[in-house]
Amino acid sequence: MVGASLAGLSAARSLRKQGYDGRLVVIGDELHRPYDRPPLSKEFLAGGIGEADLALEPDDEDLQAEWLLGARAAGLDTTPRAVRLTDGREVRADGIVIATGASARTLPGMDGLSGVHTLRTLDDARALRDELARGGRLVVIGGGFIGAEVASTACALGLDVTIVEAAPTPLAGPLGATMGSIVSALHADHGVRLLCGVGVKGLSGETRVDAVLMEDGRSLPADIVVVGVGARPCVDWLAGSGVDIDDGVTCGADGRTSLAGVVAVGDCASWYDPRAGTHRRVEHWTGARERPDAAVAALLSWGESEPGVPRPPYFWSDQYGVKIQFAGYASRADSVTIEEGAAGDRNVLAVYRRAGHPVAVLGMNQPRLFMRWRKQLAANTS
Amino acid sequence: MIPACRLVDLSRGEAHRLDIDPPVSVFHTDDGELFAIDDTCTHQDASLADGWLEGCEVECPLHASKFNLKTGAVDAPPAKLPVRTHEVFVEDGMIYVRLSTAAPNLPPCIAARLAGGVA
Ligand SMILES: Cc1cc2nc3c(=O)[nH]c(=O)nc-3n(C[C@H](O)[C@H](O)[C@H](O)COP(=O)(O)OP(=O)(O)OC[C@H]3O[C@@H](n4cnc5c(N)ncnc54)[C@H](O)[C@@H]3O)c2cc1C
Ligand code: FES
Repeated sequence: MVGASLAGLSAARSLRKQGYDGRLVVIGDELHRPYDRPPLSKEFLAGGIGEADLALEPDDEDLQAEWLLGARAAGLDTTPRAVRLTDGREVRADGIVIATGASARTLPGMDGLSGVHTLRTLDDARALRDELARGGRLVVIGGGFIGAEVASTACALGLDVTIVEAAPTPLAGPLGATMGSIVSALHADHGVRLLCGVGVKGLSGETRVDAVLMEDGRSLPADIVVVGVGARPCVDWLAGSGVDIDDGVTCGADGRTSLAGVVAVGDCASWYDPRAGTHRRVEHWTGARERPDAAVAALLSWGESEPGVPRPPYFWSDQYGVKIQFAGYASRADSVTIEEGAAGDRNVLAVYRRAGHPVAVLGMNQPRLFMRWRKQLAANTS
Repeated sequence: MIPACRLVDLSRGEAHRLDIDPPVSVFHTDDGELFAIDDTCTHQDASLADGWLEGCEVECPLHASKFNLKTGAVDAPPAKLPVRTHEVFVEDGMIYVRLSTAAPNLPPCIAARLAGGVA
């Protein structure tokens, strides 16, 4: 198992559940035991929960695994099959699960300036939480989910918050433009400024950031800057291994890679999605939790079991006390209708359709109805 | 002993929430079995009656923790603590619940609210 986070842990659990009783080695470059990332931009950042609450393993869990933490994989060899570590060690294996996730994208020129943050790891969240506690003006670069959640948390902590987004509408990729603009209207409801359609030219400051410079010439004063411009899959270490990589590790519908005995799961993996008819890298918690079951089954049987059709991708986001839930594929839709609630009340249930058939559903504070639609979606399109 | 609802009003695959404090839900599985568990997920504030019922398990509508309806145990994270299970029985077509006397495992946000802290 390379990567000791949600996908790696889930794969380790699946292996044991599916009866594998051999040696199990989990390699992770962070020093921490597996922890939960979603709260890092929400309750943990707000100070509502502590580090112990983030643990993904119950106290009494024992997977009989060897944990090599603080160890970084540098390469993958096939004959014999092994993972090479940066410290020169080599771990031989009959099967390998690639679960190295993704890391936050950065902007050129942000290195070396204090007050500028990305948010991916527990260490990132600790540093940002400490800075937010001091208050001031926060500029969030990027109006995606992580940027929006940081803005929401910081706003509740009393900071003065501005979000800048290069696209005309935030969240247009995952939610489509119509619903993206309804969801991102939450910012204005809470007094957070949202500037769209303008790119960032750079950051200003000597040792500490003092402003964000916009391409239209504006300068936004800032005490703290959070860069939330997406994540890139951590697959550089696989260069030269022969494994197919495009946007992440290219996998079949059951996580099998182009190399025998090697599967990939979680944010680093781009599985073939039979519903969408293409490969898709899904960066959601539920995918990293569920798909390892199928990948481990494939690893143990190698090709003898037929891959099932996974449930449509699902994710949630919490912003300004509103529970946002989404399942399916907005990009496949040719129409979207609000079936329940009203955009102005921020409690919509919207259904995305293609040629009249539901392909995605979005809920804002509609967990009950959302679940009904999500089930229907899973049943319909399988 | 609390009356929940009439058996004929709770179809298979459905759940009925009792608005007591803390709330309890009765599930009627596809196999025709009845189970009662605490309705609030132990992870955060979500109603398990709104969840995905499959076999003898319910999946939380928010973050997909799974709870075993028979034992209350967590079958899938992020929740770590079990929900309480309660006794259910049917008399004259009416479903009744006898509440467990164990302490509930409420999620941190609700436990804090009950303790008078910030929610
Ligand atoms: C702040 C934040 C909020 C989020 N909120 C939500 C949300 O609300 N809803 C939702 O659905 N999803 C959310 N997500 C996404 C979700 O957390 C991810 O989908 C999930 O963590 C993916 O798990 P993973 O195990 O694939 O990857 P990761 O969690 O990224 O773990 C990969 C691990 O591998 C390690 N690693 C990388 N390279 C190497 C190497 N060469 N050698 C050894 N180890 C290596 C990494 O350090 C890391 O520990 C959020 C993510 C973040 C960061
Ligand atoms: S609230 Fe149930 S899993 Fe999070």
